[in-house]
Amino acid sequence: MRLITHNMLSCNIKGVTNGFPLRIEAGNVIEKEVDFNPDFIRHMFAKLEWKALVEGARSMGYAELPEDSPDAAVLESDESFLKKLHHALLELHLEEGALVCPKTGRKFPVNKGIPNMLLHEDEV
Amino acid sequence: MKLKQLEGLLGDLEQFSNPKVELEQYPTGPHIASRMLFTAENSYGDITDKVVADFGCGCGTLSVAAALLDAASVIGFDIDPQSLETATLNAEELEVEIDFVQCDITKLELKGQIVDTVVMNPPFGTRKKGADMEFLPAAMKVASHAVYSLHKTSTREHIKRAALRDFNAKSAEVLCELRYDLPKLYKFHKRKEVDIAVDLWRFEPK
Repeated sequence: MRLITHNMLSCNIKGVTNGFPLRIEAGNVIEKEVDFNPDFIRHMFAKLEWKALVEGARSMGYAELPEDSPDAAVLESDESFLKKLHHALLELHLEEGALVCPKTGRKFPVNKGIPNMLLHEDEV
Repeated sequence: MKLKQLEGLLGDLEQFSNPKVELEQYPTGPHIASRMLFTAENSYGDITDKVVADFGCGCGTLSVAAALLDAASVIGFDIDPQSLETATLNAEELEVEIDFVQCDITKLELKGQIVDTVVMNPPFGTRKKGADMEFLPAAMKVASHAVYSLHKTSTREHIKRAALRDFNAKSAEVLCELRYDLPKLYKFHKRKEVDIAVDLWRFEPK
C-alpha cells in the first residue's frame, strides 16, 4: 500500500465519524522506483490531505516532507520538492503492518501490501 | 500501446482458480477489458496519467489494463483475499504497480477527490439480488470524472434511470454493446459456453 492510497482510506466502523487519517504502524516498508511525472505530482498536490501524508510518510521512515503544506508557488519553482512528494506518494510501499483507527484504536492489518478493511459483524 | 497488444497481454493473466459463485466471480475477458480501457483513454482521456480505481477487481484484469495504458496510479478493491493474491501475481508478472485493498466496497467510504476514474465489471445481481445496483452508487461517490461499468443490456433502462435520478449522474451513456462470453465455470452451468449482451456504460458524476 502506498501513501496515495492511504490518503483516501478511513475507518468505516458504524458510529465512527472521523476515522481519518488512519495511523500507520509500519512493520516492513520497501521502496520501489517509478518514473517521475512532475505534471501529475503538481496536479495531485491540491487534492491531498497534507498532514495525513506527512505523518504517514514519517511512520514509514521518510521525514523529508515539510510539516506545513507549502505555497502553490513552490510547485512551479522547486523540483526537488516535487521529487520528494513523488517519492513519498508513489515509491514507499507498506508491505506488513497495520492501519489504526484514530477513534477506536481498531487495527486493520496490512499483509503483502494489502490492507484488510473488512469490518466484523458488530462493526457494521 | 495498440489494442491488439493490450488484448494479447491481458490474455496471459491468471484467472480465478476457485471461483466463488456467490460473489459472481467471472473473469473479464481480454476482448472486453482491452476495448473498455482503450475506449476510456482514446475517446475520453480518462486513463493515462490519471488515478484509476477498479471496484470488484477480482484477479485484476481491468487494473492491469489501466496500468498498461499508463494510469498514474491504480488501486484495485475486492472482498476476496484469494483473488487479490492472484491479482498481485498478475501485476508482478506484467511489472506494473497496483495497490490492492481488501474491503466490502458497499461499506467503504473513500475520502477526498483523489480518484479520477472508476472502472469496473460489477456483479450482475444473479446471485445476490441487487448486487449490480450497489456498486454503481459507490463508484459515483468516488470518481471525480468518470465511471466505466458493464451491465446486462436487459437492464439498460433501469440503470439509466437509477444513475440519473438516484446516483448523482450528470450523464449516463451506453458507449457500445458487447458480447460477454462466459465459459462453463460452475457445476450448475449446463451449456459449455454462453454469451450475454452487456452494455459498456460511461457515467459522469455531477
